[in-house]
Amino acid sequence: MNLWKHHGKLERHSLLLVIGIVIVVSIGGLVEIAPLFWIKNTIEKVDGIRPYTPLELAGRDIYIREGCYTCHSQMIRPLRDEVERYGHYSLAAESMYDHPFQWGSKRTGPDLARVGGKYSDAWHRDHLINPRSVVPESVMPPYAFLATKDLRTQDLQARVQAMTAVGVPYTQDQIDHTMTDLQAQADPFSSDGPALRERYGAKVVSRDFDGDPERLTELDALVAYLQMLGTMVDFSTYQADAPANQR
Amino acid sequence: MTDHVPEKDAHSGVDTTGHEWDGIRELDNPLPRWWLWVFYACIAFSIGYWVLMPAWPGLNNYSHGLLGQSDRAQVDQAIKDLAAVRGAGAAKLKTATLAQIASDPQLQASALQVGGSIFGDNCATCHGAGGGGGKGYPNLRDDVWLWGGTLEDIQQTLTYGIRSGDDQARISQMPAFGKDGLLQAPQIADLTEYVVSKSGRQASPAAVARATPVFAEQCASCHGVEGKGAQALGAPDLTDGDWLYGSDRASINGQIQNGRGGVMPAWGQRFSPETIKAIAVYIHANSGQ
Repeated sequence: MNLWKHHGKLERHSLLLVIGIVIVVSIGGLVEIAPLFWIKNTIEKVDGIRPYTPLELAGRDIYIREGCYTCHSQMIRPLRDEVERYGHYSLAAESMYDHPFQWGSKRTGPDLARVGGKYSDAWHRDHLINPRSVVPESVMPPYAFLATKDLRTQDLQARVQAMTAVGVPYTQDQIDHTMTDLQAQADPFSSDGPALRERYGAKVVSRDFDGDPERLTELDALVAYLQMLGTMVDFSTYQADAPANQR
Repeated sequence: MTDHVPEKDAHSGVDTTGHEWDGIRELDNPLPRWWLWVFYACIAFSIGYWVLMPAWPGLNNYSHGLLGQSDRAQVDQAIKDLAAVRGAGAAKLKTATLAQIASDPQLQASALQVGGSIFGDNCATCHGAGGGGGKGYPNLRDDVWLWGGTLEDIQQTLTYGIRSGDDQARISQMPAFGKDGLLQAPQIADLTEYVVSKSGRQASPAAVARATPVFAEQCASCHGVEGKGAQALGAPDLTDGDWLYGSDRASINGQIQNGRGGVMPAWGQRFSPETIKAIAVYIHANSGQ
């Protein structure tokens, strides 16, 4: 057969072989991955999902920096036991502004997709500073240094701006007010609180997340991020059994 | 590698591939027949799978498959099945009042089972596996209650939380007498002695005497003239020897200084009312009451 003779050519020219491999492998990607970007019902229509506030975004960066995802997933799978334990299964919409997503594939610790509001800020502080002080059987390492490390904010506005480059719809107004929104969320007495809620939604709370009103620490940012996880979607208006939402 | 010149291997009688690498040639045995058939069967299976299951992406949608398979529909069904299994017991928990649950042994047993497993997953993280609590996290096993220990009180606390931000949350705030400059350091030191004396321990009589009018003026409105506290305000009893933030002088002094108050999350959004009833019954049954 002629075709096999041509194959001999491929086998003898390494560059040709590489090009051939790339073509074959990319077919898999094109068929399996690319359509997710244009098929409309990949992401459910839900109310409440918004871009992260500057403080939450900074907390997310710390979450990624410390490798929390290596032990904690943020993906409640549509399985009975998971829904029973963690709450409603995760929706695609809930991670649409995550770049990169934090679904994770390993659970040494529990899933965190809906940890927001489950514990108090004080608990998160105690737990991050010394996990075994509240959960004696925990194997989580302590992250006490977060409480003493000032949050790096010089480049935060650029980080918010960078998110727009990958499709997160921050408005120019939100980008311009990165620093005031950051301060407003970490200070319950800030006069910028209403403006923050106008930009990011009424559910955003201003609290002194790390219990130290004098300083804006990495603990502030991380606890603010954790307390937001899984709380955005308004499940009272979401119809889980609508045909468009079933898959 | 030489060109493709097939020939028969004299030793085995099988065709060779005709390739030769440094004098080594390769037999061209056919694939095992069982393997080939499994391979063909897999191809046939995949075609059936494409037709029956969600498989192919299109421009606006994807092929849903003839079976209409959906993970989400499956889990919804599984949850419904679970609800059916729990059916009778759960329905009774739903309609029964807390008092009825507590007095009916069968209902109470099922509430204890539900409540216990929910407690382990959600409440034990702060209050400890046995409900023993810790510094800043109230002990639920004794009969000392900040906000009341009746079934209704516990249900209320569970549903709306304490300082949780919920509209109906229990709220009170111990002032930060030192930090906010309401009292001077010597006054706080005297008050510390006063509080120590209230719990029946040795304290400096002079300091207690100095602190008595200050206590009456600043503290009695919540903690009561006798220091017995008030559950409506979540003001702890200072005479019972039970301490949320520590019993030593430094801890008491720190508490007057900074006025901490813990946050209990509101669980009304996470759990159904009958589940909350079950947890309330569980906590009540395991407390010292």
